[in-house]
Amino acid sequence: MAHITLSNLGHSYHANPAEDEHWALKKLDIEWNDGGAYALLGPSGCGKTTLLNIISGLLVPSQGRVLFGDEDVTSLPPEKRHIAQVFQFPVVYDTMTVYDNLAFPLRNRGVDEATIRERVTEIAEMNDLTAMLKKRASGLTADGKQKISLGRGLVRTDVNAILFDEPLTVIDPHLKFQLRSKLKELHQRVARTMIYVTHDQTEALTFADKVVVMNTGEVVQIGTPEELFEKPQHTFVGHFIGSPGMNVLPCGIDNGSAVFAGRKIETANRAANAGGRMEIGVRPEHVSFAGKGMDAEIVKVSDAGRFRIVEAVAGGHTVKLLAPEGTEIPDRKAKLAFAAERTRIYRDGWLVGEGGRQ
Amino acid sequence: MLELREVTKRVGADTHIHPTSLVFEPGHFNTLLGTTLAGKTTLMQLMAGLERPTSGSVHFRGQDVTGVPVQKRNVSMVYQQFINYPNMTVFENIASPLRVGGVAKSEIGRRVGEMAELMKISAMLDRRPSELSGGQQQRTAMARALVKDSDLVLLDEPLANLDFKLREELRDELPKLFAERDCVVVYATTEPGEALLLGGKTVALSEGCVVDFGNTGSIYRRPGNITSARVFSEPPINTVAVSKKSGKVMINDDVSWPAPKALADGDYTVAIRAHHIRPARQDKANVEIPASVKVAEISGSETMIHFDAFGSDWVSLSHGVHPFDAGARTKLHADFSKAYYFSRDGQLAHGGEA
Amino acid sequence: MNKTVNQKAWFLVLPVLVLVAFNAIVPLMTVVNYSVQETFGDNVFFWSGISWFEDILKSPRFHDALGRQLFFTFTILLIEVPLGVIIALAMPRKGVWVSVCLVLMAMPLLIPWNVVGAMWNIFALPEIGLMGKALNALGFDYNYTRQPGDAWFTLILMDVWHWTSLVVLLAYAGLVSIPDAYYQAAKIDGASAWSIFRFIQLPKMKRVLTIAILLRFMDSFNIYTEPSVLTGGGPGNSTTLLSIDLVKIALGQFDLGPAAAMSLIYFLVILLMSWIFYTVMTRDEENQ
Repeated sequence: MAHITLSNLGHSYHANPAEDEHWALKKLDIEWNDGGAYALLGPSGCGKTTLLNIISGLLVPSQGRVLFGDEDVTSLPPEKRHIAQVFQFPVVYDTMTVYDNLAFPLRNRGVDEATIRERVTEIAEMNDLTAMLKKRASGLTADGKQKISLGRGLVRTDVNAILFDEPLTVIDPHLKFQLRSKLKELHQRVARTMIYVTHDQTEALTFADKVVVMNTGEVVQIGTPEELFEKPQHTFVGHFIGSPGMNVLPCGIDNGSAVFAGRKIETANRAANAGGRMEIGVRPEHVSFAGKGMDAEIVKVSDAGRFRIVEAVAGGHTVKLLAPEGTEIPDRKAKLAFAAERTRIYRDGWLVGEGGRQ
Repeated sequence: MLELREVTKRVGADTHIHPTSLVFEPGHFNTLLGTTLAGKTTLMQLMAGLERPTSGSVHFRGQDVTGVPVQKRNVSMVYQQFINYPNMTVFENIASPLRVGGVAKSEIGRRVGEMAELMKISAMLDRRPSELSGGQQQRTAMARALVKDSDLVLLDEPLANLDFKLREELRDELPKLFAERDCVVVYATTEPGEALLLGGKTVALSEGCVVDFGNTGSIYRRPGNITSARVFSEPPINTVAVSKKSGKVMINDDVSWPAPKALADGDYTVAIRAHHIRPARQDKANVEIPASVKVAEISGSETMIHFDAFGSDWVSLSHGVHPFDAGARTKLHADFSKAYYFSRDGQLAHGGEA
Repeated sequence: MNKTVNQKAWFLVLPVLVLVAFNAIVPLMTVVNYSVQETFGDNVFFWSGISWFEDILKSPRFHDALGRQLFFTFTILLIEVPLGVIIALAMPRKGVWVSVCLVLMAMPLLIPWNVVGAMWNIFALPEIGLMGKALNALGFDYNYTRQPGDAWFTLILMDVWHWTSLVVLLAYAGLVSIPDAYYQAAKIDGASAWSIFRFIQLPKMKRVLTIAILLRFMDSFNIYTEPSVLTGGGPGNSTTLLSIDLVKIALGQFDLGPAAAMSLIYFLVILLMSWIFYTVMTRDEENQ
């Protein structure tokens, strides 16, 4: 088990990366604590798989170092890194029983059979595999196979980190929910470092204590799920996390305050009139109907069951808001209010002040 | 209008579709909602004419089309996998149904252009499918399905293989695409949330049986039976056996609440959705539920608590961040005024908005 | 399945049906007809019942030929299958060399069978052939036209040279279809190269190897052209395989009845053995 440090890391698939877009992974620094649950979240092509391959040792980065504890593992192959990995498509040894699958990593390392039995029994119990230990692994369903993959990592005591590469992709939708909470539960029981790669915000946010949000090869924000939701450092994070995503509305700046649809908008931060593309960001959860506020016309109401998604047009832009169960929705004309402490100003996509980049 | 009359489908000894009668109208989405293997795809194949029903008949605009092969019906289909002709450009892909139909060249160019515009793939018309992202590939497949004026458009989990955000984006656009078309649209999904957002009507399916059919919102709010409530709940709906006697509904000696007036004495299964159980008391009428927490999933804005209650797995979903340790014992607060009471044969006895 | 299909499609299959009828069914029926009759030429036939079958089954000549046939088939299977797998494992998985290797491997398969026989016939001649002369120069007393052992050696070498490629190509197809994740997982689990072969590569190749073994079994059991051109069944009868013997009886001696009975027995043996092979090799999958 170890603290993981990614220091000044960058990777390019080009031999001589000259331009910015040659870098599949732009310079990043990340520290992960021993025993934490982490997620790498981003759309396809954002560099998260490249980063995962660097951590697992399948790829040697063009620059920077990977440290497990104090040991520099940057150029070590996967088998020397003491990691385990659960892949997108379940990998099991078809001809072996579930028991032999779980015992395999230990047998390869010369562990004695008594210890193996003890470890395998314990891990099988945790993974709900006890009843299937004597079955052929190839006969299991996809979720069972993923549990075996994970189990092969858990039986080992020398594992620095368990990596997950979109592990729920091939799981039946109604079982995803179960396996997802099972992973979370297992993490809490074994307290191993786990790193989970996904494009699905629900999976990342529910699994991880800290999420790394990536876009176009760049780390956009690292934070707890709450931070990502409540205080996105970039409009991309605001849009990518949350369903529907954050409203991002172009605004003007007047004396430090944002101006949208001809009205001064109260925001949590203030911005100088220093040029750049200015926007305000506010989540649909933080927009409400009000007695007075900005004039808007409701164009669409979608029923999501426990809430409704209302689309209104104000100042020529679409503003979405979430109306919880039981909220009265005006007929067409409405007045909207933005929660001031949760509305923020962004310049060129980045949050202004408050620890933002500018 | 598409009508299924007492349609069944058996393969060998297995019954894939039990007797089913449904009427689908144009002008809104008709969603087939159910888990994998509930019979959604089979039902679609019967509608399309790819499979012949074992018994019963299929009618389209009043005509019996049972046994008419799919080539002779005007049907389009979009699948979960992105199916395009790999060696054709996007333009040729979209144009292919028109070319088969012998449409004039200038007309093809115009309609493909329009369709590409609508699906936001105008810039990619010269590329091949392999050079596109998953979202763009599926947009191409959809454009091909929509470019000919089909009478029946079948969409079989078209968004399931897409990234989360792309799914959201396309789901938002879909109803607009069909708004002005005079065709019957049938859409299969495993996700209740998707069915709700698409609106229209929903068929709840379970093990080859239609368990509920009606306006999507009404079925969600007033499921006719317990299977329908289960199919239409994500996270799963929480259920427990109760008895109603002398004005009280009782789970056990410790947990009871005043019964709704309209409910007759007897035994019921009560079902309550996850978001009606919360860590904090919302209302004086809330009922305390003793819970042993298995895991709390915190998504930034919401907390999903998986817990054990009355010997089964229950789930609570609430706004805000509520950390719990695994194994913690606590009390959660349930709003049973929003619950459903199902009689022992599974039919709705009380609850839900009319 | 009760599909809604256009029944007209069946007409398109009709030419093939007619072809198969003339190609297989009619000749087979002719053979069956011959096998139960006696003829003295001039198209005069007498009913002889199953006597030909009894004669063949009891004849030591048939037993010997069958024995030689089995020996040949199992020897080449024992050599070609492991050798093919080893070569497939050694072949590169990506890069420019892939196509070079594949073309090289496919080469022997492209040569007509009688040409292969003729090639080896000359190649192995002790007086003028490259291999025959070289072996003798190295001090081996090698002459395949005189010594049965040498004839067998040449025959098997020729078949291995000709057909191992087929096993290689099939095994290679099986190998490249294994996703990278399997190798990565095995490395992470600390598996040795042998474990990777035993638990990943071999199980994933099983299906294609089943097909390879079945094809090689049937082909080698039927083999005629190459040994006929190479050794003609000699020296003596030492390399007279079933097919060669059959032709000798049918065309050499013009004993149509026994030859027909023998063909049918031959046919049934192949059918039976193929069925046994297939059942044994696929039994594992059905058990699950």
